[in-house]
Amino acid sequence: MSRLTDPTAPSEEAVREGYFGAFGGSFVPEALSGALAQLADAWRAAQKDGAFAEQLDRLRRDYGGRPTPLYRAERLSEVAGVEVWLKREDLAHTGSHKLNNVVGQALLTQRMGKPRVIAETGAGQHGVATATAAALFGLDCTVYMGAEDVRRQRLNVVRMQLLGAEVVPVDSGTRTLKDAINEAMRDWVSNVDDTHYLIGSAMGPHPFPSIVRELQSVISVESTQQFDFQAGGLPDAVIACVGGGSNAIGSFAEWIDVDGVKLIGVEAAGEGVGSGRSAATISEGREAVLHGSRSIVLIDDDGQVLPAHSVSAGLDYPGVGPEHAFLARSGRATYVAATDQEALDGFRRTCELEGIIPALEPAHAVGWVLAHGRAELGDGARVVLTMSGRGDKDVDEVLEVAGFDVGVAKAFGEGEA
Amino acid sequence: MIGSDAAGPTAIQAAFDRAKAEDRAALVIYLTATYPDTATSRACMEAAVDAGADVIEVGIPFSDPMMDGPTIQAANQHVLDAGRSVSEQLAFVADLAHLDVPRLAMTYVTIADMRGYARFADECADAGLSGVILPDLPAAEAGPWLAEAERRELATVFLASSVSTDERLAAIAQVSSGWVYAAGLLGVTGVRSISGDVTRDLVARIRQHTDLPVAVGIGVKDRASAAEVARYADGVIVGSAVIRAAGERDPDGAPDRVHALVSELRAGVASG
Ligand SMILES: Cc1ncc(COP(=O)(O)O)c(C=O)c1O
Repeated sequence: MSRLTDPTAPSEEAVREGYFGAFGGSFVPEALSGALAQLADAWRAAQKDGAFAEQLDRLRRDYGGRPTPLYRAERLSEVAGVEVWLKREDLAHTGSHKLNNVVGQALLTQRMGKPRVIAETGAGQHGVATATAAALFGLDCTVYMGAEDVRRQRLNVVRMQLLGAEVVPVDSGTRTLKDAINEAMRDWVSNVDDTHYLIGSAMGPHPFPSIVRELQSVISVESTQQFDFQAGGLPDAVIACVGGGSNAIGSFAEWIDVDGVKLIGVEAAGEGVGSGRSAATISEGREAVLHGSRSIVLIDDDGQVLPAHSVSAGLDYPGVGPEHAFLARSGRATYVAATDQEALDGFRRTCELEGIIPALEPAHAVGWVLAHGRAELGDGARVVLTMSGRGDKDVDEVLEVAGFDVGVAKAFGEGEA
Repeated sequence: MIGSDAAGPTAIQAAFDRAKAEDRAALVIYLTATYPDTATSRACMEAAVDAGADVIEVGIPFSDPMMDGPTIQAANQHVLDAGRSVSEQLAFVADLAHLDVPRLAMTYVTIADMRGYARFADECADAGLSGVILPDLPAAEAGPWLAEAERRELATVFLASSVSTDERLAAIAQVSSGWVYAAGLLGVTGVRSISGDVTRDLVARIRQHTDLPVAVGIGVKDRASAAEVARYADGVIVGSAVIRAAGERDPDGAPDRVHALVSELRAGVASG
């Protein structure tokens, strides 16, 4: 039974309090406080309503293609020196884990009687998932996307437009995910009476981090059972990339209380931790308030948010969801970072060894396992790695950034391909 | 003299009382600290007071101002791009002691929180400020800040919105000091025009919970809208329009442009 259907589960506490230890809370303009209270009420009511769980299950299964497989990646494992099991969110409808959250929040939007949704998107995957659900539910949809991300994730812009969404490029600030969130918040403040802000990650003001976590926990509800059935015993580690933290928290959720299973979040190190051009929020950041909650943020002494840098638009964010800050400080989860170069290596190896073109975001998790997995986890350790999305959207960017053409060697060193 | 040595809430109340004694609404003017440059900014603040501003809100820029539209965003960014630190901005504010009206800092929770609420309260009080406005600090999260603000006798002005329930308005009225800030529309600064009936209704609802002055901001931009709001509110707050006057065209002409606009607004609040 998932926490979604079990009202006695511990995360009820988090939903009520709005805090994970010192992190979380709700720092928003007054105009949004009512909408957040309404959302918390709708969510509480939905959790008690068997019909909601049923609708959600049916949509996930028949429309979304769940459960997604857990797949033992043998050739990748051989090269990595650890046994890698991929949780195949890339095979879910729309090509990433993002639909898990979106379908649930779209049902809540309906229950609240709101006719319009807005969303931020970095890689475009959350925007595509939101546009998809908006089409399915007959909702108006506006997606805010940093102008730099519009450029590097063009395929997803076209997909959103085909699905009937309006895509608004955001030119302010760093022109990436952070600024798209600011703009979505401003839209929400202006249209809160008829609009739901369908936040795409386990971040933002309470109750979003709890709602998104519960909706994404389907990943680990499935993977715990699948691993037990297919592999037997417990994995040594569960590994996922961390942008805002939704696929990671969903991948961790059911394992958090399981002793002996390491939880490893992989952030984007861009040009390297300490280079001044990274998105490794937990590795390099400090406690601060951003986008409605207290968490860990890349921020300067003055409280000005620093620009993040990553080859991956979905991880290019100077904040992280509050529960990850809590898990990091409590020591239950460990957060590491993979550079652009390690991610591109993970991207290439996953293509060539497994016939899977991964999104650049989970390519960071693969890249970390290839570079550090054996040393950190031991020879032959068994890991469940969330392949959070597929990489069609990234092929243009990989070509441009890495010069990844048929003559692979040029950009990737000597590689044995 | 309205006494910058008086406790914050008292000084602010006196400014509203003085306006009321003149049978008009108080005029609150927002200007971003050190925008477009330190000397021009100081001259604009002086011009605003000379033209009849009763209270000044000094914006301390933040990189991600969620409640602000393009005009104030750009002013914030301009100051940040110039590399002026929060300490430099507070030093600039401390240098405004000659202005004979109460001044409040307007910034975001992230800025106050990063310095630590205790240090931020000390710095604001030491800079001669009467109060602080943090538009993303809801009443329910305000406890730790309020303790520090009260220790240094700083007022904390909270925002109320037309979609706030009566229960929330009661909570806002309870924690607010100085005045209660009624948002003139659902939205960010400097984009749309005030929603008249909705705002009038909001002001009336706030009054059921407090004797504090109620001032309306967001969406007021000219003499006519200031006059309209002055008919039902104790104060009128104008920001983006003043920033446009300060920032557009040559800095040399900025103080005169601000003076002209604030004179108009002052005529508006007096005719309302
Ligand atoms: C495939 C994929 N994985 C991961 C992420 C990062 O988001 P989160 O950390 O919320 O899972 C994104 C975001 O765009 C994504 O598209």
